[in-house]
Amino acid sequence: MIKSNSGIRKTDVINRRMFIIGAAKIVVFVGIIARLFSLQINENKKYLTLSDKNRIREWKLPPTRGNIVDYFGNVIAGNLKVYQLHIIPEQVENFNYLLVRLKNLLNLSEKKISRINKLKAELKPWDSIIVSENLSWSQFVKINNYLYDLVGVKPVMTISRNYPFNDVYTHVLGYVSQPNEQEILDNQIIQERFVPGMKIGKLGLEKRLENHLIGTNAIQRYEVNAYGKRINQLEHQKGQQGSKIRLTVDTEIQKACGELLNEKAGSISVMDIYTGDIIAMYSSPSYDPNLFLFGISQDEWQLIRNNPLKPLINKTISGLYSPGSTIKPIVALSALENKVIDTKFKVKCTGKMELYGQTFHCWKEKGHGWVSLKNAMKQSCDTYFYEVARLLGVDRLNITAEKFGLGKKVLGEYFDTEKRGLFPNTKWKKNNIGKGWVLGETLITGIGQGYIQSTPLQLCLMTAQIANGGYAIKPKIIVDSNPVSYEDAKQSMESGLLFDSNSDSLLDKKLFLDKKNIKIVQEAMFSSTNERFGTSYKSRIDDPKYQFAGKTGTAQVKRISKRERELDLELEQIPYKDRDHALYVAYGPYVKPRYALSIIVEHGGSGSKAAAPIAKKLFKLIIDRHDLRNEQSNFERITI
Amino acid sequence: MFQHDRLNSEITLFQKIKNLDYILLISIILLSLLSVFVMYSTDGGEILFHTKNHFLKLVVFFPLMIFVAFFNIKFWHNLSYIIYLLVILLLVYVSFFGIKSSGSQRWMDLYLFVLQPSELMKVAIIMCLAKYYHRLKIENVNSFTSITIVLTIICIPIIFVIAQPDLGTSILIALSGLIILWLGGVKIKYFIYSLITFLISLPFIISFLKPYQKLRILTFLDPDRDPLGAGYQIIQSKIAIGSGGLDGKGFLKGTQSYLDFLPEKHTDFIFTLFSEEFGFIGSVGLLILYSIIIFRIVRIGSISRSNFARLFCFGYAFAIFIYIVVNLSMVLGLLPIVGSPLPIMSYGGSSMLATMIGFGIVLSAKINHKQMIA
Repeated sequence: MIKSNSGIRKTDVINRRMFIIGAAKIVVFVGIIARLFSLQINENKKYLTLSDKNRIREWKLPPTRGNIVDYFGNVIAGNLKVYQLHIIPEQVENFNYLLVRLKNLLNLSEKKISRINKLKAELKPWDSIIVSENLSWSQFVKINNYLYDLVGVKPVMTISRNYPFNDVYTHVLGYVSQPNEQEILDNQIIQERFVPGMKIGKLGLEKRLENHLIGTNAIQRYEVNAYGKRINQLEHQKGQQGSKIRLTVDTEIQKACGELLNEKAGSISVMDIYTGDIIAMYSSPSYDPNLFLFGISQDEWQLIRNNPLKPLINKTISGLYSPGSTIKPIVALSALENKVIDTKFKVKCTGKMELYGQTFHCWKEKGHGWVSLKNAMKQSCDTYFYEVARLLGVDRLNITAEKFGLGKKVLGEYFDTEKRGLFPNTKWKKNNIGKGWVLGETLITGIGQGYIQSTPLQLCLMTAQIANGGYAIKPKIIVDSNPVSYEDAKQSMESGLLFDSNSDSLLDKKLFLDKKNIKIVQEAMFSSTNERFGTSYKSRIDDPKYQFAGKTGTAQVKRISKRERELDLELEQIPYKDRDHALYVAYGPYVKPRYALSIIVEHGGSGSKAAAPIAKKLFKLIIDRHDLRNEQSNFERITI
Repeated sequence: MFQHDRLNSEITLFQKIKNLDYILLISIILLSLLSVFVMYSTDGGEILFHTKNHFLKLVVFFPLMIFVAFFNIKFWHNLSYIIYLLVILLLVYVSFFGIKSSGSQRWMDLYLFVLQPSELMKVAIIMCLAKYYHRLKIENVNSFTSITIVLTIICIPIIFVIAQPDLGTSILIALSGLIILWLGGVKIKYFIYSLITFLISLPFIISFLKPYQKLRILTFLDPDRDPLGAGYQIIQSKIAIGSGGLDGKGFLKGTQSYLDFLPEKHTDFIFTLFSEEFGFIGSVGLLILYSIIIFRIVRIGSISRSNFARLFCFGYAFAIFIYIVVNLSMVLGLLPIVGSPLPIMSYGGSSMLATMIGFGIVLSAKINHKQMIA
């Protein structure tokens, strides 16, 4: 019985202790349920978000760039479907075999093969390797024919930038290419929208208008697993193409400029003298921007880079030239405005002018005899302008020249490569060279030589502002939201009610003191082209519809020695580098002027022989297209 | 006395079947079926390796449980020490000839399946200690000799298991053993003193831990210190459970597991997947099912006439409870990560074998609850 008692006592102990445990169990289970409640009910939202963050990944696709069109709506920078070849390594059965097959089919280089192998090692097996960015149609067809044998190869159609007019607009548009690290870091928008394979503007308007052209990414949402592999597509969100930009340029005229400057180094600019629209700005030689889209080959790049005619420089805005005699209308105007001379003022040209023991030559060795303003301009008499410059002084000349746009950027906001040029004065020399101004320097400034430097576009603007009666215009290349119509601009200028589109200071628009003076200069320029003995008389057009007025210029690139002057060499006998630049500025039609242009042929010889004939050919086209242009004025307006 | 002996020896097969605890049995069947479905989900909604094997093991081990149940509880009482020694021998064998996998040596190859003896020890230790306390006079429970003996019984297997190394299982074995000490009547103050000693020596113990074990403790304290490395498992587990919400993402729709964000989803983190797909309601439901099983085992213990059966049932109920608590606390981020399976639900043959044998003995205690053991 004692034993049994002991057994009962033991059972009691066990039961009592079990009771305590049982209570503890309930407490613990309740604790676990509380934890579950807190995770699943209280914090459900937070964890649901985290779970979605885990499983959903977005893939951005390259955005489609906006088109750039000319004034008539022709696409000059567009987008083209291109065929690409991708390899998805995880689907490939035998990688080496595939590479050998592709190498034969597409003539891939050894270098390319090793690059593909390198990419394969770097990327995840399900990330596609781009073998070829731009397959020709025949290559694409070939690949598709052999697709059964090329496991893991994916022919892809995608969109790429395209410049349908090849080299015609290179210096205006620039080109696109893959961005480097700094470019991505510098631009917030590019940084946000960057995806591998995306291209950005590297130069010109493509670069300047990047943020308008870029467009937004299309977004693909995929469910991915823990290793980042795509399991299925959840959503496709379309991207928006970048803004369409309409330029003021006319492709027909731009193309003609290119043809006229074929195989020459130089530049042509054409401008609407009332609205400031740039009709054409061509820098020669040019190059094909399409070459840069898929990575330019080293050979092609060297060819462009080492070309002695310097195709990489946009000569229209970055080329600096002595204006030569094309400055004479400004010298004349400045002298008239300052009442230094009048139309009756005459100078006797003996072919040279002596000053403090220095001799200043006129281009005509025998001299022009007694010349008035009109004749001096017509025959481009240097002696007359030496004398006028001497009487006027460089500082007064500088004021007039800067009013007309010399020494200032013309399109500065659009092109960061644009140069300011230089129109000197005494203060400038003292500050920058540290020496006092010498009278001799005033004389050569009077014929557009010496320190003075200008871009072709500045000379075009200068001419346009003389042609429109002496009113300031704001040159532009993009059609803005509130374009000034030709008639409005012209009428407001002629009626004296100065037209104001962007509430610039009204008085600044008027560049003259006495309207008569502008008229005198215009008439002098007319005679230079349309009267016998005028320097560009041979390039005149008699039909009043096309008749234009202009001024030639021949800019020395080096000092002519006495010996050379005596030799009087023919152009062909002078080394290319030492030949003069040929310049011509003009506007027309003379009766009702509409357009101004400037032409520069580097080392082309004299302005009358090399530059003025180009204007003759161009003017007919420009005037013929005027009516077409007028019809287009309400075509489409884009806000920039 | 005589009458009882006669009663037991004359129990028929029919009576045995009739005496089975059907609530417990049905709960176990429900849990087994549920585990197959969850395993099917871990295979991504296909009948693959894990589902097939898990099902196969259930098909083998469930009849084994009934088989075990049909032996008299007295038989298991008599065999307790031998079973304990046998498992010790297996542990010794494993420590010399066991299969190595991911840095530890815990398994032995039995051709048909790979056995992990330490899992069997979880049940064997309860049997052994239950028998010891059944036979020990209540006056001697707190004697120096008896306490030395029981601590030795607990320590021998633990030494082998820690050496494998397998901290999780050794903790579970220790807790399973200690609960019998508690139930057997060892003075409460001894437990309190031991706990205090343990807490004081904790920093010392930690310094002896392996680097990966230390890392687990650090990770538990702050999972975000290395979210893609050591903290990854626990962070992903919490995301899965938390995102399940009230009613879950739905069967086969748990994105965390389906997309492989969950580690160890077949074994230690099976609850995470279940909870993601079935939510708070499902999780509480599963806990209720486990509670029913635990409660039934406790009830069988309390109607048992022999103290061996009583101690075993109470001890085993507590062991099941502890497995669940350790596993759930781990996946819920309440405890550091120690490898511990969820009974029946987790994939793993040895754990299921041990659990089913335990259930078998419990059912045997039920069938023979009137059996007295001398």
